[in-house]
Amino acid sequence: MLRYTLRRLLAALPTLMLVASLAFLLLHAAPGGPFDSQKRLLPAIQKSIEAQYHLDEPLWRQYLRYLDDLAHGNLGPSFQYRGTSVNQLIAQGLPVDVMVGLSAITLALLLGAGIGVNAALRRGSLADHASMAIAIVGISVPVFVVAPLLVLLFAVELHWLPAGDWVRGSIRHLVLPSVALALPYVAYIARLMRASTLEVMGSPFIRTARAKGLPGYLILWRHALRPALTPLVSFLGPALAGLITGSIVVESVFGLPGIGRYFLTGALNRDYTLVIGISVLYGALIVLFNLLADLCYALIDPRVRLR
Amino acid sequence: MSASASFFRQSLHRFVRQRVALGAGLTLIVILLASVVIPMFAAPEGAVPHYELLSQSPSSQHWLGTDPLGRDMLLRVMWGCRISLAVGLAASLISVLIGVSWGAVAGYAGGTSDSLMMRTVDILYSIPYVPFVIVLTVLFGHQLWLLFVAIGAVSWLDIARIVRGETLSLKHREFIEAARVAGTHGFGMIARHIVPNLLGIVIVYATLTIPSVILFEALLSFLGLGVQAPLTSLGSLIADGAAEVQTHPHLLIVPAALLALIIYSLNYLGDGLRDAFDPRT
Repeated sequence: MLRYTLRRLLAALPTLMLVASLAFLLLHAAPGGPFDSQKRLLPAIQKSIEAQYHLDEPLWRQYLRYLDDLAHGNLGPSFQYRGTSVNQLIAQGLPVDVMVGLSAITLALLLGAGIGVNAALRRGSLADHASMAIAIVGISVPVFVVAPLLVLLFAVELHWLPAGDWVRGSIRHLVLPSVALALPYVAYIARLMRASTLEVMGSPFIRTARAKGLPGYLILWRHALRPALTPLVSFLGPALAGLITGSIVVESVFGLPGIGRYFLTGALNRDYTLVIGISVLYGALIVLFNLLADLCYALIDPRVRLR
Repeated sequence: MSASASFFRQSLHRFVRQRVALGAGLTLIVILLASVVIPMFAAPEGAVPHYELLSQSPSSQHWLGTDPLGRDMLLRVMWGCRISLAVGLAASLISVLIGVSWGAVAGYAGGTSDSLMMRTVDILYSIPYVPFVIVLTVLFGHQLWLLFVAIGAVSWLDIARIVRGETLSLKHREFIEAARVAGTHGFGMIARHIVPNLLGIVIVYATLTIPSVILFEALLSFLGLGVQAPLTSLGSLIADGAAEVQTHPHLLIVPAALLALIIYSLNYLGDGLRDAFDPRT
């Protein structure tokens, strides 16, 4: 398993380099530079700023310099936030995203799996039909619709929870963003879980367990749950990657100071280093999530051999 | 459950499913027609700002009220629908074109070219493509055509994989052998014999690509990076509505419901078509 993990991580390096190179080339190919939009600077000052950030060098030198810094884990200075490095900005923003993302995926897993298993065990009942009908609506409604609707309901109408005005460490402020991010996943996981539980519950080894006289909850807990979870695990990789997109939206709706906001403002202000740095981080996260999903797969299903 | 009951249930299920797909198709046609026809016959002054009609509630004059600039909301929503659907169709077409050619060539050529081309697809899969498109649209301005290309260029990967798989199984069929004996090779073979036999599955996956593309465009417009004012799409209408949600919730609810209805219908239509076309599912 360790060898497999190391090999996968090694294989990810060319991908990350590709992401960095693509972002670098695109940003530099685009018209306009990071210091164009501001008030007109004296030519001498403009020149000295550009020299400070090595923008006066030929493109290939800048590119090699960037890759060299990247290899040393240094994402360079931000252009837009003077005197702050991209590493510092990410260190500030990432914890917010990790908190919201983790609580969202935990909520989605618990709630989605619960609803799905419940629907499967009561197949054909009102609860089954109702939860599946709601699930299809949940899949069709994207995060950027769910988020303002939640604000409308829980912040504007009911005054239960705050929307926006982020306070560091406040759990109440975490609730609406996490729920907004989680809801589409709840719907998807519920559907997946219902289908896989139905399939497992129909298989011969469950009949054997039932013939032994095991009570229903023990059959579910000891025998059915583990195989029913396997399709969920393969969904987990892409789902975690999708959280990145979701977090950009949720941050902009709720005004969270996460890296998605830095990414958007960085792109709008041509903050080259900030945008490339966050792109590379996103790429690394996707690689990591896929690896995590594959490892979970091997843990949960003994037939899977990692090679 | 007896065999006949299960068969009956299965058929019933299939029938209901297809009926739902039919309903979804009809809904889409109605929305499409409405979005084309209503702006054509509406009073033209509904499309321009009216400062005495700001943010009105629905009335007999303006069925869905007016927006914060005093424009007729029904007209705005229909324009938004039109653009969202147009982006969805055009970008899906681009992604189908790229995906089918890539997949068919890779599958038919086989060997090193195949593994090289499919490795490229694998690598592209691990690129964070939403951030990537955000960077693209920010940097190269907000032209509509660029939006088509940018979205189309990143959503062809699934289709390429599916088409390659199908091509691999088609390649060794007798009629392909026969065509080869008759002297058809390379590009002619792909264009005349492989691709036409893939059409069913391509139509199905194209139908399933459209909703994801529409959602993607809506996401970009919601973030203010997609369609620019005075043009509008469902995504930018939702963003405008979200800003007014405290005072005029219908400005959010109407475009959001319409977007959900379109996505919902397209997904059902795609599922129904897949059941009809793809015997493996």
